[in-house]
Amino acid sequence: MDWRRMRIVGGFEYLGGLTLLARETARSAATSAWDWGDILYQLDLLGVQSFTIVLITAVFMGMVLALQTAYALSAFGAKLYVGGVVALSMTRELAPVLISLMVGGRVGAGITAEIGSMKVTEQIDALRALGANPVKKLVIPRLVAFVLALPVLVLLANALGILGGYLISSFSLQISGRFYITQVFKLLKFSDLISGMGKTVFFAAFITLIGCYNGMNAKGGADGVGRATTDTVVLSSIVVLISDFFLTKLFLAL
Amino acid sequence: MEAFLEYRHIHKRFGDNHVLDGVSLTVARGETMVILGGSGTGKSVLLKLTIGLLEPDKGHILVEGNDVTSAREAEWMEVRKHVSYMFQWGALFDSMSVYDNVAFPLRERKLCGEADVEGRVMEKLSLVGLEAAKDLSPSDLSGGMRKRVALARSIVMEPRCILYDEPTSGLDPITSDSINRLIKRMQSVLGVTSVVVTHDIQSMFRVADRVAFLYKGRMAFVGTPEEARSADHPMLRGFIEGREPNESES
Repeated sequence: MDWRRMRIVGGFEYLGGLTLLARETARSAATSAWDWGDILYQLDLLGVQSFTIVLITAVFMGMVLALQTAYALSAFGAKLYVGGVVALSMTRELAPVLISLMVGGRVGAGITAEIGSMKVTEQIDALRALGANPVKKLVIPRLVAFVLALPVLVLLANALGILGGYLISSFSLQISGRFYITQVFKLLKFSDLISGMGKTVFFAAFITLIGCYNGMNAKGGADGVGRATTDTVVLSSIVVLISDFFLTKLFLAL
Repeated sequence: MEAFLEYRHIHKRFGDNHVLDGVSLTVARGETMVILGGSGTGKSVLLKLTIGLLEPDKGHILVEGNDVTSAREAEWMEVRKHVSYMFQWGALFDSMSVYDNVAFPLRERKLCGEADVEGRVMEKLSLVGLEAAKDLSPSDLSGGMRKRVALARSIVMEPRCILYDEPTSGLDPITSDSINRLIKRMQSVLGVTSVVVTHDIQSMFRVADRVAFLYKGRMAFVGTPEEARSADHPMLRGFIEGREPNESES
């Protein structure tokens, strides 16, 4: 079998394995009680502890966006409307995608590294041998926690990004703060928020499942866990970017 | 004697590597069967097949007379209540204390209240001489202590059968001896059936009622330790005498 064929077969095997994990997760989530203690622990680990990364990314993204938008709009004498453009761009696209990429990289890598280490030290076999279901014990708390946390982080990022734009507008572009805020509320609709945050529910699920699957299939020792972790960051980023296109079309059609 | 475990013509491949090539073996209730064999000969694979952590490609596995070869995960959960597994490196959960590791199977199966959990955990920790280590993390333990905690965790459910995967590998002779004594005690006090996978000959003579020698994917010898000592299989003799067999012998 040449290497191209092996890679294609491997790709289908990966996709099949991921689908089976998703099915098993859905089945376990529907049929067994959730461990809210574990879910709260993961909410802190995956959500609360991601706040700094969200703060830095969102504020600077909003500031850069205000500068770039003002530069482009000034050609048409429309620099004053920067608030509306920043708000729309942040809520509909930039915050959901960039925060998912940044936080997803952190969370996905962490999940794969932890579960991968458990796999190579036989702790996942031990879970099964001791009567626990690894999907229920490892996947469901992380999935539920991240699906709850990511939209909230993106909501925060929206506010912080708009704040970043406000700072640049007020102190660098000499646009009145009141006018900036008026423009934000004039252009921004509730459906813009929902469409942006709605996408992140899917992103969170994809990132968690990829992270868990790669961890559970890590082979060898530290080297294998390292490779699985890198694969998670690369693959989850690609999946976020590709699925963003289809989810955007879906939300526009709704 | 009544059979507790039966392996019938078990085959298992990993890619091109035919690890088990028709293994057949019967382990009687209450006996300690030691499976000897070189590294990579499939001893641990055989144990993992016994509790459904791996599936055989061909053949049948019977636990207490029930064919579990194609059991579903829920059925394996029932088997694992009575057949426990002590992992080679302990496989203790890093994120939990020693106490929580030992309590894990009881809490997971919700068989008793927290007060009973504490009583049973402390009883098993005292059996392995580690009550004082209950609040330590697995990363604070030595290799021997980890194995003893793993042993406490595997007996806390009071199983009818324990599968030991290299229980003495990497340990000093004194710690190995204490593990061997614990294995014997499990049999004499609790009457458990034991399958011990090892390549530690001293350990084999100390604990075995019978010995099976796994070679080239099959059981090349099954008998008592005394019969093993006088067996004419060159690889087994080399194993027992701790020397490489001559070319003419192998």
